Amino acid sequence: MSFKKVTTGNHAVSYAVWSSRVQIISAYPITPQTQIVELLSEIVAEGKLQAKFITVESEHSAMAACIGASATGARAFTATSAQGLALMHEMLHWAAGARLPIVMANVNRAMAPPWSVWTDQNDSLAQLVTGWMQIYNESNQEVYDSVIIGYKVAEQVHLPLMTVLDAFILSHTSEPVEIHTQEEVDEYLPPYDPGEYYTIKTEDPRGYGLLTMPSDYYEFRYKVQRAHERAIEVFKKEFKNFEEVFGRKHWFFEEFMMDDADYVIVTSGSLSSDVKYAVAKLRKEKGLKIGVLKMRVVRPYPFEEVRKVLGDRKKIAVIDRNIGFGYHGVFYEELKSALYPLEKRPPVFGYIIGIGGRDVTPADIEDIIDDMLKRDEMTEIIWKGVRL
Amino acid sequence: MSEKKTRRIWDVPDDENFYYGHTACQGCGGALAMRLALKALGTDVAVTIPACCWTIIAGGFPGHALKVPVFHTAFETAAIVAAGIKGGLEVTGRKSTISLAWAGDGGTFDIGLQALSGAAERGEDIIYAVYDNEAYMNTGIQRSSATPPGAWTTTTPAKRPNPRPKKNLMEIMAAHKVPYAATATPAYPEDLIRKFRKAKEMAGQGLRFIHILAPCPPGWKMASDYSVHSARLAVESRVFPLYEIEDGGRKYTINYWPKGIPIEEYLKIQGRFRHLFKPGGEKWLEAFKEFVEENWNQLVEKHKLTHGTTDNIPRGYYK
Repeated sequence: MSFKKVTTGNHAVSYAVWSSRVQIISAYPITPQTQIVELLSEIVAEGKLQAKFITVESEHSAMAACIGASATGARAFTATSAQGLALMHEMLHWAAGARLPIVMANVNRAMAPPWSVWTDQNDSLAQLVTGWMQIYNESNQEVYDSVIIGYKVAEQVHLPLMTVLDAFILSHTSEPVEIHTQEEVDEYLPPYDPGEYYTIKTEDPRGYGLLTMPSDYYEFRYKVQRAHERAIEVFKKEFKNFEEVFGRKHWFFEEFMMDDADYVIVTSGSLSSDVKYAVAKLRKEKGLKIGVLKMRVVRPYPFEEVRKVLGDRKKIAVIDRNIGFGYHGVFYEELKSALYPLEKRPPVFGYIIGIGGRDVTPADIEDIIDDMLKRDEMTEIIWKGVRL
Repeated sequence: MSEKKTRRIWDVPDDENFYYGHTACQGCGGALAMRLALKALGTDVAVTIPACCWTIIAGGFPGHALKVPVFHTAFETAAIVAAGIKGGLEVTGRKSTISLAWAGDGGTFDIGLQALSGAAERGEDIIYAVYDNEAYMNTGIQRSSATPPGAWTTTTPAKRPNPRPKKNLMEIMAAHKVPYAATATPAYPEDLIRKFRKAKEMAGQGLRFIHILAPCPPGWKMASDYSVHSARLAVESRVFPLYEIEDGGRKYTINYWPKGIPIEEYLKIQGRFRHLFKPGGEKWLEAFKEFVEENWNQLVEKHKLTHGTTDNIPRGYYK
């Protein structure tokens, strides 16, 4: 039987990794990720999880160790944040290019300089083109579930997956999480069996990552993209299976008060809770027909699904806790591109907020909604709450 | 001394685990070394290769020239990917397979040193072999921290050759208290094979490190048939002594007492040292000799500390 446990986002990751029967864990400490691997090292030391824990000397090596292990057909896990993720960058390409189903938790933390340990999304969004799948989370329950779904999908499409949780707001904040027994998780996610997929075997001495001429390299990249496209279908199937086993719904995004909404706020991560609160309040107080679309899976990008739910709205505001310098908020630009093929599409307004963990309140969101209602013409970047 | 046992007429297995179809240059010391290493290790081996000449030598997609799996990885990750592979093989029930990291000097002395240090210090159960050709040969002969003093490379031109002594990686490994560190060259095949066998037998005890001097005819600017010859001269002139460090850095053993031929014999056959014998080259020649002498003297002292004498070091003809 499952049970409710009041736990942090970090420990929710550890419990999910435990139940996922991960065989190799390799990590390097960085605030605010440390508790994930501290708890895992205890679980492994007590023999509760039959895994090898490699305490490497850098994040670059943490990912490299996962790559070596995963290439032999072992289920591998690591966790990091910000500078650590950036240091891994080279190996992120390697993991995806080598088609290894590694799952990683990244705690969203602002990049230095100046030093910050608080949340924003620039670290993970800087890795969007590496070939990794990415899931963003609003609650510790979503964090827990995303690890288990993550392995299930990653191992079918042979791509790595990164699940992302906000520094401190999720990583260090306790809330009730439904934790499942090993039997329940096993029913959904059996121990990893790479099957016929080519893993390192001395009786079948293959070459991995051999030097490849332009006559062949191109197709390797095409196949990574095809795997992402296939992952859309696999996610759909696995969200349904997950609901059948665990009773919780997941989708590429969550729709909140969207049924009759003329206006939609698109957001992600823990910020979504503030947005939902403000939207519910405005509906109640002013009768405003407004809803929230919380993005979860952004790689692969669910183009069709997003178009279906957003195409007919009057106005959309995207709230980004990130900034693609010299361009715009990343979620904003991606959403605009996704909607572009539609014949009739709503104006989309892009707001930047909460960078580097700056507190975001429901009142800030109400301001953004007010601002959006007043605007008719699409405009350049709109910064909320900058003090100069 | 166990040398007596291996001093048979010819103790190099006939098995070939390195095939034709590879793309090494003629006379490649790195290719010779791999051939011999796999004769010693057999085929229950997974090889990890970072960016280095062997990225090319192994052969391009879709084939490769080894009878064992080859996993290519990024420049600085040979030690840790090999450790990850070893861990993965362990947890998936294939404990007997040897995980061999096979890297060049750039990937070992320079960019890969951090991951190697981590793996050595943690006692990862791998064999780490560096085939040291004393520069970044794959990118076109740029200086590395394994380049000897006075040597020409494309980034240390003859007018201003490499000013620093070669980094002493064996001492760095000894300081990590690895169970086994040894030097070898393809000019002494039985010695090299014995060392790889020993490293194989020490499975489960930690990282075993083998430093191979791998002559590079294009990079050293010499004829390709001088490859084995130059490695032999390197040993006989004490430029590259053959020795082992065991017991976590406590036990030093020189495996062969070199004839002590003039260092010039080694240097003169290589174009990368040509400027040492031209006007103005004397100070570089001196620097090179000083570097060799200091290393050798220290090594002899360490051998004496371990064995109390140098009389037990085999002299004369050594295979």
